[in-house]
Amino acid sequence: MKILTEHIDVPNIETIDVFMKHGGYQAVTKALKNMSPDEVTEEVKKSGLRGRGGAGFPVGMKWSFLAKPEGVPRYLVCNADESEPGTFKDHYLMAKSPHTLIEGMIVSSFALGANTSYIYVRGELMYVIHILEKAIQEAYDKGFLGKNILGSGYDLDLYVQPGGGAYICGEETALLESLEGKRGNPRNKPPFPAVKGLWQCPTVVNNVESISATSWIVNNGGDAYAAIGEGRSTGTKLISVSGHVKKPGVYEIPLGITVEDFIFSEEWCGGIRDGHKLKAVIAGGSSVPILPAELILTTANGEKRRMTYESLSDGGFATGTMLGSGGFIVMDETTCIVHNTLTFASFYHHESCGQCSPCREGTGWMDKVLHRIESGEGRKEDVDLLVDVAKKIEGNTICPLGDAASWPVAAAIRHFRDEFEWHIEHPELATK
Amino acid sequence: MEAKTQVAFPAETLELVKRIIARYPEGKQKSALLPILHLAQAEWRWCSPEVMDYVASLLNIQPVEVYEVATFYTMFHLEPVGEHVIEYCRTGPCCLMGGVEVYDHLKKRLGIETGETTADGKFTIKEVECLAACGWGPVFQIREKYYMHLTKEKVDQIIDELGK
Ligand SMILES: NC(=O)C1=CN([C@@H]2O[C@H](COP(=O)(O)OP(=O)(O)OC[C@H]3O[C@@H](n4cnc5c(N)ncnc54)[C@H](O)[C@@H]3O)[C@@H](O)[C@H]2O)C=CC1
Ligand SMILES: Cc1cc2nc3c(=O)[nH]c(=O)nc-3n(C[C@H](O)[C@H](O)[C@H](O)COP(=O)(O)O)c2cc1C
Ligand code: SF4
Ligand code: FES
Repeated sequence: MKILTEHIDVPNIETIDVFMKHGGYQAVTKALKNMSPDEVTEEVKKSGLRGRGGAGFPVGMKWSFLAKPEGVPRYLVCNADESEPGTFKDHYLMAKSPHTLIEGMIVSSFALGANTSYIYVRGELMYVIHILEKAIQEAYDKGFLGKNILGSGYDLDLYVQPGGGAYICGEETALLESLEGKRGNPRNKPPFPAVKGLWQCPTVVNNVESISATSWIVNNGGDAYAAIGEGRSTGTKLISVSGHVKKPGVYEIPLGITVEDFIFSEEWCGGIRDGHKLKAVIAGGSSVPILPAELILTTANGEKRRMTYESLSDGGFATGTMLGSGGFIVMDETTCIVHNTLTFASFYHHESCGQCSPCREGTGWMDKVLHRIESGEGRKEDVDLLVDVAKKIEGNTICPLGDAASWPVAAAIRHFRDEFEWHIEHPELATK
Repeated sequence: MEAKTQVAFPAETLELVKRIIARYPEGKQKSALLPILHLAQAEWRWCSPEVMDYVASLLNIQPVEVYEVATFYTMFHLEPVGEHVIEYCRTGPCCLMGGVEVYDHLKKRLGIETGETTADGKFTIKEVECLAACGWGPVFQIREKYYMHLTKEKVDQIIDELGK
C-alpha cells in the first residue's frame, strides 16, 4: 500500500503535467470546490494521521487548536529542516516528487485558512529548493496557487525559505525564529505556535510527510486512511534506512509490519549485508534509544515487535524505544558502539544552541568523556559519570534537544555497558 | 579567483532581493536575511564584515543583527575559503557506511586537515553534521551539489576533475 510514493519512480513526475496525469492536484480541486475548510480538517482528524516529524501529535487535533482571532493572519509552515541523523525521507520525497508536498500544502493551507505559507528547507538542500521553486511556479501557472484559485475565492501564496545550517532549527519554535531572520533559539512552550507562532500570529508547523499525506486523505477520505495500519498508528510511514542492510534507502511501509520483516524481507531492507549479523538498531533517528538485536526484534514480553508508535515504545526506555522520525539505523556485529555513540554526542554538542546551561555544558561533557574513552584514556568512573551527566540534562531544558542528546548516551550504556568498560580496561586494544 | 572588492550585487540579483523581501509582510523584511546571506556567499564566496554590512543596508537592519545570525548558522563562511569547499559529513550513519576511511583518504589526497585550504587555493575541507543523505553515504557537499556513495576511487576522480 503506497500513498506518498506510488508514482515516485515515474519518469518526469517532478513536472506538473506528468504529476497530473497520475492523479495529481485532484485533491485541490475537490477540497476547494466541494468542501469547506472544516470538512477537510474533519477528514484529517478521522484519518488518525499523526505528526511525521517525530513527536506523533495528531495532525487534525493540532489543526483544530489553531487560534482564529478576527483580522489576524494565520500561517502554515512546513518543516523541511530534516537534520536528525539517520533521517532523509523528506529529502527523498521533495527531490523526487515536489508536487506531492505542494499539493498537500495547498489543501492544508485551505483547511487552516492560511493565505501565505512557507516551506522551510534546510539550507544545505539548496538543489531541492530549486526543484521546489520550479514546481511552485508550475502550480502558479496552472492556477493552483495565487489569487482566487480555481474560481473558489481562496487565495494562497507559497514560498520556500532556506535555513542556514543548524539542526536546532528543526525544533518548531527555533524554526519560526529562524524564519523571522534571527538566530535559531527555541522559545518556551506554551504558548504553542498554534496560538502564537510566526510573527506572533497563529501558526501550524507540520512535517513534510504529514502535509504530503493530506491530499490522499482528501481524495479517499479519512476512514480509508485509518483503515491502513494498526490501532493508533494509522496509515503509511516513510522509513529511511542507513547502515548495514543490503538495501539502504527510503521505504514507504504500512504501519504494523514486523520489524523482522522490515529488516529481513526482500521487499524492504533485504537483510544484513553479506556474512554479517544484526547487532543493534536505532529505530527513529539518532535521538531515540538504541536497542540490541534481540530487543528490537522482540519485546520484553516475547511478542514480535512491529513498526508502530506503540509497539516500538513497548517496555518504555528500559526495553523499548520510539518510532520518532523513522530514521532507521542498522548496525552489524562489526560496529563499535562507543565510536557510534561518540559521533552522536559530538553532534549534539555541536548543535546545542547554548541557551540552557544543562544542555550547553552537559553535551560538552558527554562529548569530552566519550572522546577520552574512545581514544584509550578512559577512567574507571567515566561510565557512571556519563549516566549522571545524561540524567542531569534530561528534563531540565527549554527544548527537547537536551533529552535528545542524553537518551542515546544513556541507552547505549544501558544495553552495551560492557563495551564501554572494555574500552576503558583495554585501551591498547580499543584504539587499534 | 580574487574576491571582488566592491561590495554590491549586480542588478539582476538586486531584483531578486526585492522579490525575496516581498515574500514577507510589510515591516518583516528581516526574514529575508538567510536567503540574502546565501546570495551574498554565492557572490563573494565568504561573508566578510563588508559583505555583512552591505546585507544589513539592503534590509535596513543593524549590522550586528546580521553578524549574530551569520555566526550562528554553520553554512556561512566567516573566513576566506578555497574555490571548492568540500563539506564532509562526519556523523554516525555515514561512518557506518565507511565514512571515516574515505575522509582520511580525502585529507591525505589533498594534504590538508579539516578546516584548511590547499596552497593553490583550490580546496577547503570542512567537517559538517548529517546532510540528510545517510543511506546514500558516505557523503560530501560542494556548493549545491551532493556527492554520494563515496569511495576512495570516487574521491580521486572528483578531485582530479575539479582540480584541473
Ligand atoms: N525529523 C527530524 O529531523 C527530527 C525530529 N525530531 C522529533 O521531534 C520530536 C519533538 O518535537 P516537539 O515539537 O518538541 O514535540 P511536542 O510534543 O512538543 O510537539 C509536537 C507537535 O504538537 C504540537 N502541540 C503539542 N501540544 C499542543 C497543544 N496543547 N496545542 C497546540 N499544539 C500542540 C506542537 O506545537 C508540535 O507541533 C521528537 O520526538 C523527535 O522525534 C527531533 C529531531 C529531528
Ligand atoms: C531538536 C529538534 C529538532 C527537530 N527537527 C525536526 C525536523 O527536522 N523536521 C520536523 O518535521 N520536525 C522536527 N522536530 C519536531 C518539530 O518541533 C515539530 O514537532 C514538528 O515539525 C511538527 O510537525 P508534525 O506534527 O507534522 O510532526 C524537531 C524537534 C526538536 C526538538
Ligand atoms: S535544550 Fe539545548 S538546544 Fe534546546 S534551547 Fe536549551 S540549549 Fe538550546
Ligand atoms: S549521517 Fe551523513 S548524511 Fe546523515
